[in-house]
Amino acid sequence: MAPAVHTPESGEVASRSLAQPVIEVWGLRKSYGSTLAVKDVSFEVEDGEIFGILGPNGAGKTTIVECISGLRRPDGGTISVLGLDPQRDRAALRECVGVQLQEGTLRWQLTVAETVNLFASFYPRPADTSELIEMLGLGSKRNTYYRRLSGGQKQRLSIALALVGNPQIAILDELTTGLDPQARRDTWRLIETVRDRGITILLVTHFMDEAERLCNRVAVVDSGRVVALDTPVGLAERAGGGNHMRFRPSKPFDDRVLTVLAGVDRVEHEGPRVVASGTGELFNPVVHALNAVGVEALEVQLESATLEDAFLRLVEPSPKGHEEVTTP
Amino acid sequence: MSAPAATLSHRPPRRALRELIITEAKCAWRIPVGLALGVLVPVVILVILGSAGGLQKTIPGSNPPVTYMTNIVPVLIGMVLVMIALISLPTVLVNQREHAFLRRLSTTPVAPRWLLAAQVVVNLVLAVVAMILIVAGATLFYHVPAPAQPGGFALTALLATAALFAIGLFIAAVAANPAVAAVMGTALFYALMFFAGLYVPRQSMSVTMRHISDYTPLGAGVHAMLSSMQGAFPPAQPLLVMAAWAVVFGLAAVKLFRWE
Repeated sequence: MAPAVHTPESGEVASRSLAQPVIEVWGLRKSYGSTLAVKDVSFEVEDGEIFGILGPNGAGKTTIVECISGLRRPDGGTISVLGLDPQRDRAALRECVGVQLQEGTLRWQLTVAETVNLFASFYPRPADTSELIEMLGLGSKRNTYYRRLSGGQKQRLSIALALVGNPQIAILDELTTGLDPQARRDTWRLIETVRDRGITILLVTHFMDEAERLCNRVAVVDSGRVVALDTPVGLAERAGGGNHMRFRPSKPFDDRVLTVLAGVDRVEHEGPRVVASGTGELFNPVVHALNAVGVEALEVQLESATLEDAFLRLVEPSPKGHEEVTTP
Repeated sequence: MSAPAATLSHRPPRRALRELIITEAKCAWRIPVGLALGVLVPVVILVILGSAGGLQKTIPGSNPPVTYMTNIVPVLIGMVLVMIALISLPTVLVNQREHAFLRRLSTTPVAPRWLLAAQVVVNLVLAVVAMILIVAGATLFYHVPAPAQPGGFALTALLATAALFAIGLFIAAVAANPAVAAVMGTALFYALMFFAGLYVPRQSMSVTMRHISDYTPLGAGVHAMLSSMQGAFPPAQPLLVMAAWAVVFGLAAVKLFRWE
């Protein structure tokens, strides 16, 4: 993952990399009445990445993407999408940003093909609709009415409509909520296919596994703020306390054998087992150090910190519950 | 990265409106609420009344004299307009708002008002077809004289259509959900049709009732249509009454319409 640094070289055509921001959000604020839904949100999304906005329900995720897609007017801060202002340049923005909304249904008297063709007619340079329908796995449902589609098929149709205008950016909100596990996995594969076609994806989700699987970088949002922004692995390591190696030693040993190692932060005992924790690679240095004092590590289990650990650590459990900030 | 220049015009392609109209026509055909209520029901009523006979008698007290059958033609045209403009049109629009379809459209280059325009066009076509069927059917089969003042008749039909569509869009603007829209449309059906003379011909109403009727959009409409059918250019008052309803409710609808 290339970091978002601007070196003189990054301006050259030859060195086109992921490092060009296509979405820039600075100091975004938005309130509904007296409720401050988004407090001070800043981030950049780079060209070609899948950028996740992860947070509990009511954290302000949807409000953030609604401001980016021009559906809501921010109270403060600036947003630039492909160099456009979502409020001032709404018309231009809509041609190059495809949006899939969290809720809403389509005309249920229309078939899949009719719906996709209708939306294609809205754009100056639409995608090939029958190819798009095929790519989304709806080929056999082409002439099926919307009301007869399954939840997963409706969701895929909704993604098709976000892509039918050949956008440079696709904003996908709560894509897999309510889908069964198989449909979720199919949808994930689809998102990766879309990314491989060079479309930058802004993905809103409250599922850790989804963010971990798909996103290049994730902004964790809680109570209207970005509380962390990193790669899923980086977030997990930073907040989750790193990796753990759990084993049963063949005979007792002095903890200092392991605590002197650079990668080990602490050593704990759980009955007959020992847990060495630290960041980065643990297995080889620990086994090596134990061998040096004639100890064997038995029944070894390795655990890596997950995004879920990080998330639970980053997102404060609100005493009033997270329902307090809900978007109308 | 090629950022599109914001200064260029970014109007949606012209084919978008055509596609929207075709799509709305398909939906209106597949769930034919407007077709059934607005075209079929009035035409069937015309056929039943016309075939039943006994309506060729002159309404007592009508001046100039007019038969019950002739009088029913503008009343049925009023029914067409109520069914299409006050029941079919607002229900569909409120439904689309409820299901966030209007909002979905506003993320595309097409503004949601284009859907509204397509809906109005499709329902206007339905209304015109129904009105032509009723006037032609009554003239050809049921001894109703053709409008002696076709221009005046057309102008009246146009103003009545404008007034009723404005009220229908006002309902779509203020109704919180499809059920509220349906209740408003149905309540107005009874009120407006009463004053149009569906139950008691206007000529048989008491002076006070007819006076009230003169200021309702369909009371004025039936009055003006009947005059033009009988050879006189419609008087100014009913035309102005319909125009006033159209302007007031049209502006209110524009002001109050919610897209989400």
